[in-house]
Amino acid sequence: MAKYDKKTIEELIDGTIDFFKLKEMLSSFKDPERFDTYLSILQDRVPWDDKILLPVGLHLYIVLKNNGDRIVKCDCGHEFCDYRDNWKLHALIHVRDTEEKMEELYPKLLAPDPQWQVIREYYCPTCGTQLEVENVTPWYPVIKEFDPDIDAFYEEWLGRPVPQP
Amino acid sequence: MAISQKDLEAEQALRRGIGWNGKTLKQMRQEIDRLSSESGYYAGLRELPFKESDPIRYEKMFAKLRGGVVHARETAKRVAASPIVEQEGELCFTLYTPEADSVVTSTGIIIHVGTMGAAIKYMIQNDYEENPGIEPGDIFCNNDCQIGNVHPCDVHTIVPIFWDNELIGWVGGVTHVIDVGATAPGSMTVGPVTRYDDGYQVACRKIGKNDTLLRDWLIESQRSVRTTKYWLLDERTRVAGCHMIRDLVLQMIEEEGIGAYKQFIREVIEDGRRGFINQIKSLTIPGKYRGVSFVDVPYKNLDVPPYARVNTIMHAPSEMTIHKDGKFEIDFEGVNRWGWHSYNATPVSITSGIWVMLSQTLIPNDRVNDGAYYASKFGLPYGSWLNPDDIRTAHSYAWHFLVSAWSPLWRSLSRSYFARGYLEEVNAGNANTSNWLQGGGYNQFNENHAVNSFESAAEGVGASAVKDGIDHAAAVWNPEGDMGDMEIWELAEPLLYLGRTIKPNTGGYGKYRGGNGYETLRMVWGAKDWTMFFMGNGYMSSDCGLMGGYPAASGYRFEAHGTNIKELIDKKLPLPLGGDPDPGNPQYDKLIEAKEIKRDKQAITTETIFENYDLYLNYLRGGPGFGDPLERKPKAIETDLNNGHLLPDYAEKVYGAVIHKDEKGLWVIDEAKTEQRRAEIRKERIQRGVPTREWMKEERQRILNKDAAIQVRHMYASSFALSRKFPEEFRNFWNLPEDWIIKESELEIPVFGAHHQVQ
Repeated sequence: MAKYDKKTIEELIDGTIDFFKLKEMLSSFKDPERFDTYLSILQDRVPWDDKILLPVGLHLYIVLKNNGDRIVKCDCGHEFCDYRDNWKLHALIHVRDTEEKMEELYPKLLAPDPQWQVIREYYCPTCGTQLEVENVTPWYPVIKEFDPDIDAFYEEWLGRPVPQP
Repeated sequence: MAISQKDLEAEQALRRGIGWNGKTLKQMRQEIDRLSSESGYYAGLRELPFKESDPIRYEKMFAKLRGGVVHARETAKRVAASPIVEQEGELCFTLYTPEADSVVTSTGIIIHVGTMGAAIKYMIQNDYEENPGIEPGDIFCNNDCQIGNVHPCDVHTIVPIFWDNELIGWVGGVTHVIDVGATAPGSMTVGPVTRYDDGYQVACRKIGKNDTLLRDWLIESQRSVRTTKYWLLDERTRVAGCHMIRDLVLQMIEEEGIGAYKQFIREVIEDGRRGFINQIKSLTIPGKYRGVSFVDVPYKNLDVPPYARVNTIMHAPSEMTIHKDGKFEIDFEGVNRWGWHSYNATPVSITSGIWVMLSQTLIPNDRVNDGAYYASKFGLPYGSWLNPDDIRTAHSYAWHFLVSAWSPLWRSLSRSYFARGYLEEVNAGNANTSNWLQGGGYNQFNENHAVNSFESAAEGVGASAVKDGIDHAAAVWNPEGDMGDMEIWELAEPLLYLGRTIKPNTGGYGKYRGGNGYETLRMVWGAKDWTMFFMGNGYMSSDCGLMGGYPAASGYRFEAHGTNIKELIDKKLPLPLGGDPDPGNPQYDKLIEAKEIKRDKQAITTETIFENYDLYLNYLRGGPGFGDPLERKPKAIETDLNNGHLLPDYAEKVYGAVIHKDEKGLWVIDEAKTEQRRAEIRKERIQRGVPTREWMKEERQRILNKDAAIQVRHMYASSFALSRKFPEEFRNFWNLPEDWIIKESELEIPVFGAHHQVQ
């Protein structure tokens, strides 16, 4: 079973990992300790103290608050909502629904036609990071991409209790 | 004298079957299903006594069989003449149990692990054992979509394997043939809108006895397709591979004994099931994951029957559930109705297609067999494009949406990998694998010919969470495909290459960008009575980015007819060469005169006449991006600019890069100014962004007003018609009145097939 040190996982997170090391990592059986190493690195890097229960996106985490709430939080510190809610409904949205807005992104003829499809960009209201992009037909409900079963993951798959306040 | 049904049933009951211990194959199939369903273990195997007591012997048998099927594929493909098989490796061999569960498969187009199994199951279900009989030396053929194929050009050859008068398994081989005699030339034509236009369909037919192909079959099949030489050699490829594998199995039984072989093929499937669950628990997070994809069907102005002339959108919402016991479930509730086009799919093609994808991510090993299938559950709504309720449906270009329909599953799994820290496994999705350059007529060798350029086996790959997607590299449906050599394509097609170049800006932007696609400019040369067509996404990008990355670019077409290129060559004047890097600023058009140039978003067309010296641009798509583009490393942007992967305007607009050219003409990025500019863009985002719930009020009003283009309304109407849950969730989300609905019948366009089905 593979095992990697903290430095290697940091390089992976930063995208500075050596290609051949990455290739070996892809080809090997997975290291079961990865989650804990990964979580500890992310926890060290965020500027707040809430415990990360699960990373759910680039810059987004489900964290444990002192009162036991589990909320979705950006690494800038912006708190969106309860983890069962859809954080996108608490974000800022910018919809590219005209040719002009589409062609800010793609050369002419390479952009989707807004009569068929729109591009929705979701930003963090505090730091302005683009956290997710949807390209969907007009009228499409905002997608909730991920409903993790955190309790089952910790208790049944990792074999330990979910962290408590 | 007529035989009564009762007598027939009595005769069948007395007949000694060709299965194990005198059972019929149908009895064996029913027994496996019963044991598996009652116990939750494949064939009721709660233990794996062979593997556990003699693991080395077990692994040796697996390695020998796996090595043997791969070896058979590699050897047999040299028999083929078609570049699709010989260059691109569009073939696959699989070994099955007597009941048609797959034991081990070769590399290649492994979607057919399921499709050939479906064909064998069909033969079992329809009592082929009794008539036409299943005997040693028989050869069967199938390519019928409604029986279980993806599209008619994937032709299956199926051979039973007997030991001591008992059927102990089957071997199936498949190749993607270049033409099946459809309404238009090429293997995956766009013109068909019904099964009856889709080409020659062979429904599980016995085509050979005593290891010899029957003469009537050889005559009929070659008279039914355009490319007889390729058809014949492809068939010999499949037969050769099947016979190599049959010999291997018989040799193994001689060495190991029939008892060991029978036990092994059962255990290896149960082992596959357990291995899949283990992978799920090792790599993912239990929970629900959702995604959606779309593809355009712009048929309003196409030369197809009147009931097919509608613009519509194919819709594939998917909900993936990973249960805490490791079971894997995918539900496509909300997909819309099948349509009058050739992009419909069958249940086995979507489920098997998903295994193709999973074999490149979740189960990247050689243990791909029906074990994973037994650990999974699929929801495939009846009447939809992925489970049609009507035998009339056409399927020749099922791939138009298959790859896009399962692409959200890459992203769903990637969210899991990301959460667990397995960033190296994250993939933002796969490219829409198009354009497919297809057509035919008389070629440069005066032969009746058809072409399907498999350059499309090298699209841009989706970005990962660690690095960019690979450029012009792969197609998800064939893990071993590549673009093929130009010289071979020029021999196979009367089309000279005037360029083969990276297509900038086609990979989705992001912290890590999607792999870019590429494009080839082809000039018709040496052809007679030649037609071609385009087949890709144009109005929509069928994929999506991940965690802030953008979708890949969508498509367009460029074709030029009646050009003066011969004159330019004679006068040694400049020709259009290379790519079309900025289609908004076209350069080819400045060099040539032409009677007609088509440069638009209609990236899917039916046959168009092409004369010599006409031009066709084949643009292969890019993959989606990962992460906010403002986080892309400045040096990576500089490299992209200098290597032709990115147009300068978009380095500034999308990546916030501040750039200039140095004295050598190379792009240089000012990192400090770029950082400042990016901070400004983040502020601009906060200014222009609106709270999502505010925006929803406006969008809700548009829905109440039914304010959307016809193709959008048609998509929703045909999804609502098939589902109770999808419209309910839609109304709930938008807080619409309980009776709000949009129906196909109110759209004032033809809705053939919505009310009357032929089973």
